[in-house]
Amino acid sequence: MNTSAHQFHEQATRLSHDLRHRALIQTALEKYEVKRDEKKAVFQDWQGARQRAAEIKWEAVNHLDAYLVDFARKLEGRGTKVHWAENGEQAREIIVGIARAKGARALIKSKSMTSEEIHLNESLEQSGVSVVESDLGEYIVQLRGEAPYHIVFPAMHLTRDEISDLFTRKLGTPPTKSPEELTMIARRVLRQKYIQADIGLTGANFAVAETGMISITENEGNSRLTSALPKTMITLLGIEKIVPQLADLALFLPMLATVGAGQLISGYNTLYGGPRQPGEFDGPEEFHVVLLDNQRTVLMSDPEQRDALHCIRCGACLNACPVYRNIGGHTYGTAYSGPIGSVITPHLRGLLEWKHLSYASSLCGACTEACPVQVQLHHHLLQNRRNVNRQKPVWWEKLAFRAFAVLANSPGLWRLAQKAGRLAQKAHPLIKGGALDPARPWTQSRDLPPLAKETFRDYWRKRR
Amino acid sequence: MARIMKITLFIPCFVDSFYPQVGISMVRILERLGHRVEFPEDLTCCGQPGFNSGCWTEARLVAEKVLRRLRDTEVVVIASGSCGAMVKNYYPELFAGTPLEKDARALSARTYEFSQFLVDRLGVTDVGACFNARVTYHDGCHSLREMNIRDAPRRLLAQVKGLELVEMKQVVCCGFGGTFSAKFPMISTAMGEVKCASAAETGADYIVSSDSSCLMHIQGLLDRQGKTMRTIHLAELLARS
Repeated sequence: MNTSAHQFHEQATRLSHDLRHRALIQTALEKYEVKRDEKKAVFQDWQGARQRAAEIKWEAVNHLDAYLVDFARKLEGRGTKVHWAENGEQAREIIVGIARAKGARALIKSKSMTSEEIHLNESLEQSGVSVVESDLGEYIVQLRGEAPYHIVFPAMHLTRDEISDLFTRKLGTPPTKSPEELTMIARRVLRQKYIQADIGLTGANFAVAETGMISITENEGNSRLTSALPKTMITLLGIEKIVPQLADLALFLPMLATVGAGQLISGYNTLYGGPRQPGEFDGPEEFHVVLLDNQRTVLMSDPEQRDALHCIRCGACLNACPVYRNIGGHTYGTAYSGPIGSVITPHLRGLLEWKHLSYASSLCGACTEACPVQVQLHHHLLQNRRNVNRQKPVWWEKLAFRAFAVLANSPGLWRLAQKAGRLAQKAHPLIKGGALDPARPWTQSRDLPPLAKETFRDYWRKRR
Repeated sequence: MARIMKITLFIPCFVDSFYPQVGISMVRILERLGHRVEFPEDLTCCGQPGFNSGCWTEARLVAEKVLRRLRDTEVVVIASGSCGAMVKNYYPELFAGTPLEKDARALSARTYEFSQFLVDRLGVTDVGACFNARVTYHDGCHSLREMNIRDAPRRLLAQVKGLELVEMKQVVCCGFGGTFSAKFPMISTAMGEVKCASAAETGADYIVSSDSSCLMHIQGLLDRQGKTMRTIHLAELLARS
């Protein structure tokens, strides 16, 4: 077992047994589900909306070459510097390079999972640029030295008391149980940081090719401050964020708010089209857009799983996933957790290293059902498993299924095996659940039913 | 009376070995409705374990026999939503680009899960069953999301005399997931515990399902924890009078 798989097993084991964690996540998501379903019901035809959204993203992803060029040209036309990064390293170099050129010492960030993907904060800090997360949840996990627990709700694994304790420890503020007071504490600290920052860095929810605009949707206004106050603005985004037309946002913004947070529309929806234009009195003096590939084009070359690039990072599949709900986001050990993380991480970071994520699923399909852009998530987990076997078969597993095929295809042998099983089961109580028990993974926590004395096949024979 | 059909019953390996009563109940109900039931004795497994583990070549060895053997059938009824999904949804993919693809598609079109067959194909909802208990229904994920079976079992249960159906708040996987339950027993067990808690909230005496594999998992947990709630397959329940 490799390191990633080992860590996954260890953490999954710990959190699967953690009833406090289980209850916390269940409660949080049950509240979310109620709101989500209320808002879904406002759509005239939710399934039709999903279909339309999938078609728009399909169009965007399948003609990405043209849309990206269009998008970049329009942005450049208004004085934006567009950068193309083939991988994480290049993107980090570009961003650190901008910070150096500006002599920047402080950078403020609004929420960006793509920056988590390329471990941007570490690189910036190493180059002497302090980084502060301005999204409340992100700020909280940053203070804890943790990665976001969830794509949309980064600190959902923490209680108010834990956050209060954290603020007391890190910021020296008095303990409080009020979420409003906690928010005000963070706001007071963050307001200073916006003013001190030389650079504001944001992610993007959508990139509109038609108009060359970045669409950001948020609830705290932190992204607006991040982009408005510092002199330089940088937006980092994956190339799959493209939508062809501005009108597409009329579907995607409410859809994202609905499944992402159970809202009809997010608090703030902003379009960014360039730096401060002549005659304008606010906005950043410089605007850089960094377009990141980082294996997305490799995923695009896989016709079976290309639709994974439809993903709008709404987190709906995480919320629906019974595995995620029991093991939590950190267990995955990747920027993108939950079903979408299990599907794309093997493509982004190596199939063999991350294959365990594709097996850690009961294939229940709740993710596929929840996905607003119809990514065939659980189906892709199956395909990943098949691809693993093509790339590096596990010999004993192959052998076992080959032997099983012989057994399953020979009725005589099958009956013999059933008889042997019945005999073995008589002796089973002696070793049940112990180290010698071959069925231990099952019997440790569950009873096994007895093999029937008379099988269906026996019944049928007698009947004839 | 509708036309008499020749129904080929596919009894999956674990139903044959652990829960023969499920298959026997199906035979009784279908025959009581006046149809002819045949059972290909040489078929044991649909090949799903290998398929779900990524060993598609090995899965094909098993599935190929099923395809050939069921070639000249009128309708096929499978005693499991999960195996049904394998035959109906995944055989065409497993055999895509092979000479058997056409067979796989044809078989897919005439394959039904038991409750789906009764309600959607035969148009039967009342089989004259009587079962005095409060029950809750567990949707096997493959029945629900692969086979789109939601209403059929509920319509059948609604006609059972003495039965009260109480729905669970959450529609969620029981955590079985085939080899997943052995590869990640801790996650599988946690999921099962959530399921059992959700079922217990309904105050039901029984958890009913169309999938014996889910019920094996749920019952295994209930037994280990000394709970009194029982599980029963829909077909077994419908055979009670």
